[in-house]
Formats: sequence, C-alpha cells, structure tokens
Amino acid sequence: MDYHSRPSRYAVLRRQRFMKDAGHLFRFAGLFVIAFLVFLLVRGYVVPKTFGQYGHYRAAAIGEIAARPVKFAGHQACEACHSDIADTKSKGKHARVNCEACHGALAAHADDPTSVKPVKPDTAVLCARCHTATAAKPKAFPQVDPADHSGGAPCQTCHNPHSPGFDTGSAAAPAAGGAK
Amino acid sequence: MNISRRHLLILLPAAAVAWKYVEAGTPEASPNYRMSDHWWGMLIDIPKCIGCGNCVRACQTENDVPDGFFRTWVERYHVDDIDMTNPEVISPDGGKEGFPVAKEDEGKYFFVPKLCNHCVDSPCTQVCPVGATFISPDGVVLVDRKYCLGCAYCVQACPYGCRYLHPEKRVADKCTLCYHRITKGLTTACCEACPTGARQLADLKNPNDPIHEFLRTHSVQILKPQMATGAKVYYNDLDGSVR
Amino acid sequence: MSGVEGFMYPNEYALQWSILIVLYPFITGLVAGAFILASLQRVFLVQAVKPTYRLALLTALAFLLDAPLPLQLHLGHPERSPEMYFTPHGTSAMAMFGYVYLWYLMAVLAFEIWLDYRRDIVLWSQESHGVLRAIYKIMTLGSNNISERSLRIDDKVGWIVTLVGIPSAFLLHGYVGFIFGSIKANPWWSSPLMPVVFIFSAMVSGIAAVMLLYMAVTKLRSQTIDIRCVDTIAMYMFYIFIIDFSLEMLDLVHRIYEADESFRSLNFMVHTRLYLPHIIIQIILGTITPLILLFLTQVVHLNEVARKRLYAVSGCLALIGIFAMRWNVVIGGQLFSKSFLGYTTYKIGLVTREGLLVAIGLTILPLLFLWALVKLLPPWPEKNLYEAAAGD
Repeated sequence: MDYHSRPSRYAVLRRQRFMKDAGHLFRFAGLFVIAFLVFLLVRGYVVPKTFGQYGHYRAAAIGEIAARPVKFAGHQACEACHSDIADTKSKGKHARVNCEACHGALAAHADDPTSVKPVKPDTAVLCARCHTATAAKPKAFPQVDPADHSGGAPCQTCHNPHSPGFDTGSAAAPAAGGAK
Repeated sequence: MNISRRHLLILLPAAAVAWKYVEAGTPEASPNYRMSDHWWGMLIDIPKCIGCGNCVRACQTENDVPDGFFRTWVERYHVDDIDMTNPEVISPDGGKEGFPVAKEDEGKYFFVPKLCNHCVDSPCTQVCPVGATFISPDGVVLVDRKYCLGCAYCVQACPYGCRYLHPEKRVADKCTLCYHRITKGLTTACCEACPTGARQLADLKNPNDPIHEFLRTHSVQILKPQMATGAKVYYNDLDGSVR
Repeated sequence: MSGVEGFMYPNEYALQWSILIVLYPFITGLVAGAFILASLQRVFLVQAVKPTYRLALLTALAFLLDAPLPLQLHLGHPERSPEMYFTPHGTSAMAMFGYVYLWYLMAVLAFEIWLDYRRDIVLWSQESHGVLRAIYKIMTLGSNNISERSLRIDDKVGWIVTLVGIPSAFLLHGYVGFIFGSIKANPWWSSPLMPVVFIFSAMVSGIAAVMLLYMAVTKLRSQTIDIRCVDTIAMYMFYIFIIDFSLEMLDLVHRIYEADESFRSLNFMVHTRLYLPHIIIQIILGTITPLILLFLTQVVHLNEVARKRLYAVSGCLALIGIFAMRWNVVIGGQLFSKSFLGYTTYKIGLVTREGLLVAIGLTILPLLFLWALVKLLPPWPEKNLYEAAAGD
C-alpha cells in the first residue's frame, strides 16, 4: 500500500464530516460566485462598446459632442457673400469686430440666405453696450455718455456702424435704414 | 481557434458594421480633423476686455445654456489702493447685459472673463465616479451627457466654479470650448463675438499659433495656480486680487 | 439674487448637495458605529454588552438598507447608478461606494447575522407555518445541520467575519469622509483629518443609537434594562466621544492658527450663517453637554435611575450633535463662495424630492426596517416562537 497517494479511510471520513458540518458555508459562498458570474455577464452587455478606447470614458461621446449644431457662422462665412461690407469694415475702426458680434448668430442665414433674413440690430441699444462711458472701462477705449453725446438720436445717424470713425478719410456714408 | 469559412463569412461583415459604429462616434470620422494634432487652450487679454457681455450672450445662444447658469461669465473688479485681499466684485447675471455704469474713480477697475480652464490635471475629471467627464485627446474637458449620473461631485471639485447641473437634463454641464466648432475650423462662439479680441482661442500644439509668441513676451498668469490644476486658459496682466 | 451676500461665482448660488447628502453620512455612520458596538463583544470580548449584540447587528442592517435611498433620490439619473458597478472610476472616492456597500452588506453584515442566527433560523423553519416558514426555509440555504461541530465552525468563521468587519466598517464610513476631505477646491472640507473625524463621530452616533434603541425597546417589552450593559456602553461612548471632540478641536485650532486665505471667509460664515447649527447645536448642545453629563456619570456615584436618565439624554444630544456635524460639513461647505468673497443660503424645500419631508421619511424608514427585522429575527434570547407568531 502506498501511504502517500491514497488517503486513509479515516481521512476520507474526516473530510466527509467536515463537508457535512461546513457545507452551509460553501452554499453561502456559492451564492456569491453565482452573483459574480451574473454580474460579469450583464456587464458584458451593458458597458458601451467604445468605453475605454481613449481613457476611462465613452469615446463615442467625443463624436456626439462634435456633432452638435453650429449657430454662429463665423466671419469668414459672412465675408464670402458680403465682401463689400467686409472691405469697408477692414479699413475702419471696427476691422476686428466680427459680423455676428453685432448681428447675432447667423449660421441659419449663411446656410439658407434667401429664406432666413437677419433682423437689423437696434443701434441705440447695441452700440451703447460697448461704448457707454464708465470708469470701469479701459481709458483708451472710445466711450461716451449716450445722452450727452447724441441727445437720444440713434448712432447710425452720424456713424457708419461698419466703419464708425471720422478721422483720416476712412469715413463712409452712414448706413441706410436701421431702427430709429 | 478554428473558424470555419462559414463563420468567417458571418463574422467579417458583423465586424465591419461594428467598426463603422465605433468610427462614426469619433471625430476622426470628421474629415481633416485629427485630435492628436491639437492641444486646445485660450488666451484672455485683460486690458482689452470692456465688459460688454457679448461673449456671455453668444455662448448662451450657441450652446443653449439655461437661464441662471453660465458656461462663461464676466466679473468686474474694483480694487482699492492697498487692500488687494478685499476687492469689490460684481457679476450681474454673469455680465450678460454688461455692467452698470461705475461712478467712482478711486482705485482701479478691470473685467475678468472666466470659463472652464480645461485643466490638464483637472480635479473634476478625477472625482467623477463613472467616467462621464474626461479630457479629450486634444485637451478639451468634456461631459458625456448620456453617461453622467448627475451626482454633482465634479461641480463640488471644480475650484473655479465653472460647472453646474443642467436643470432640465439633470446632468453636469459646462463650457466645451465649443468643441463642435473648433473641430470644424471655426473659433469658439465667445471669441467670435468678442469685439476687442480680448478672448482668443489657442492651439498650443500648433507652432504657428500666436499664443506662443504672446506667452514669450507678456506677463501671463492662470487662475488659482496654487491648486496645480494645469489650467490652459492664460490671462494677460491678471491682477493679484483676482479670485 | 435673494439670500446671496457679497460676491459668488454665478454658478454657485444654488447648493448642489442637499439635506439628503447630509443624511447619507449620518446613516452610514450609524451603521458603522452599531457594528463597532457589536464587535466590542464579539472580538474584544467585552461580555457586558452582550445583550445588545444581536440588536446592534440588526440596527446596522436596517440602516444599511436605507442608506442608498437618499443618494438615489439626489441623483439626476438614478437609473444610471449601476454604472458605478460596471465602470467605476479608479481615481474617484465616490466610485468605491457600490463595491464597499455591497461588500459590507453581503460579506460582512448579512454573513455575520446569518451565522449568528443560523441555529434559530433552522429551528424556526421547522416550527413555523405559511409564508414565514418559506422565508426561514430559504434562509437556511437548504442546510439543516445544527450539530455542535457546525455551530463551532460558524462561531469561528463569525469571529473572522467580525474581525474583517471592523476595517470594513471604517472603510464604509471613512471613504465618505475622504469624499469631502480630498476636495482641494473646498477649504472647509479639504483635510486629512476628515475621514478620521467622520469615523469617530460615526462610532459615537452608532453606539448612542443602539444604546437608546436597547433602552427604549426593553422598556416597551416591559423587561428590565441590564444596567451593567448600558454602563459599559456609556463608558465606551464617553471615551470615543473625547477622541472625536479632540480631533475636531485640533482641526479648529489648526485652522485658526494658520489663518490661510480661506480663514477670514470661513470664520465669518461660522459666526453668522452657521452660528446656530455649529456653535450652539453641534458644539455646545451636541458635544460639550453630553460630555459633561457622561463625565458626571463616570466620576460621581449616581443611582441607577439617574444614570439611565443621563445616558438617555446624552445619547439623544449626541445624535443631534453628530447630525449637526454632518450638516455643518455638507451644507456649510457650500454656503461660502470659492472666491472667499461671498455667501449664499440653503433654501430647503418641504415636499420636493430633496426636501425636508423626504429627509424625515428616510430617517424613520430604517426604524420600520428594524421593526420588521426584529419581528423576523428576534434578538431576545427568551422570546419563543409562539410570541413571535402572536406578535404578527
């Protein structure tokens, strides 16, 4: 008889007894194992496919965010059609002021110019936002007290909004129309 | 693993469809834009800001920002002569309709536009329990609206107060650096609307971007440098009193 | 903006974390504290508190079952909360919640209760009828073995589970402290002491809660309160309370001494908006008063009735004080601006999803759970099955 390979009858009985007395513990542990396996299975289904591609996040989110609609067309889109105004503007004080800074978001108009007509801004409100004098603004920035300066007349009465300055011949005729 | 020809015929098209699905979700699928070519930031030139609020309004229009919450806002500082720790700061409705006329001439005034700093070591992405907010490979901190739980831990963790919980969508929200614009070659809505050029989008990975020259020749700061967030919004001439 | 004083970043006006987020650490604190009381007997062999052993475990379980509810009601998308299990973010303390909670519920609390009650469960499954019999039968997991040896094995394993349960309880509540303590953006929260203070105050609250429940339920059952038991519990509560108070004072003194850039703003906040909840309720009423009362019971010889009264009063005040501490941490941390230039107010709703009524309901609910658990698994050694059936 090989004493090392076959367990004695006593050892076998002891193991059986142990299983009988501790069996309930293995059942409890068994519940855990089953729960864990179910968890792994569900996880495989539920975790989004692109998760972890670039980092601990759903990579597809990047594309979703990039696909959101654009509302401001950007000045290059305006200049493509309105090159005359762009030209006037580039020679004056408002050269760096982009079109939509005053005219609002106009991507809809740029996409479909004939059906979407922009509304001309009310200069009385619009210009005052930037040019109303206050101790808070940088001293070098052109600013006036609107009541003193024009006595209530709308700004485009004297200033061309696209080239508002009056010095050294860069002045152009005041723009026609606009809100009164 | 032995795959029979029949299995392969089924697997290959399925894999192709799956791959298309994966591809479609990434901006790599947008023509000409490669994330690895860019590292986005912004430059804000304080002396140029006039507090007109154009940027706040433009951002709200472009990104459907709910009323009472702000992806960007402007603060007006009034700093007394020697007391730098006690500035008088206002931001009426985030500066959206500009600011009331300042009467006093004592002390100095300036405007500070603020937005998400798109931090490299952002504390907000660190604390998200599920990975709903992250920094993209091109350096923009974004929120995955479909994954966010709305626990607001990131809102608490941001030192700059740039995050909020969207009242209707009930997820975290914040400035996306107009990701949907910059990946198409446009600039952000706030930069587009700024009349004085106080706000400039910057691509730090582009060697021709004017920011590199600017950083070399000007005194530039970031907000709350002691927090070591790796903020990528650079301020020119930021006063020490700015919180 | 009404209620706002000074300057706040525009997104800071409204508080993000409401009374429900105050309630959550309070509840998990009770769980951890109740468990520590149970472990006093099981691991540290303080036999005097044995009458409260099973009750402490059931209390911990009742509150643990209630604990996720304030969180679920707070989330913008509670239906997405399984994401914490599927894709937990390794750098987020909050991501731990799902796993620590589940671990503590299943591998510690449920396991330990099951092991301790198993003999009774098997007997009850054989003696009861109807639905109750089915429930007990399921709980036996099909094993009817209650031999000497199996019970000895249960006891040994239970001891190990309790031993593992102690650091698990610390983790369950300590990580909540870390959630706050690791936020560098918020100087009221950011502190390495935060998890430690949370754990010690949790122990005080849990021990106080079990002591009060034991005294109340024993009175309701017209039984005599084991005075040696409550004496011992009160003693432990006293010493742990001293440690808790010292830690909080250390934080305060350190803060005042270093007076960093946030100090002026926080100091102002504590003296104005937080004066009532912090100075009056948390410190004076909720910490110093119970400490003095408990100190009296430790040094002056008082008769049993007086002692029991003082324990009851101290226990109630301690619970109020520790709830106030959670309030002052969570709400206080959001009342001041991160610009250190302004303050806002917390406008608590009444019948809203995160309002006062919901908070009160969530505090009462665990007591209902406990009632059900006590009915199902009576912790009283003398209560036989006949009484249990008649009581239903």
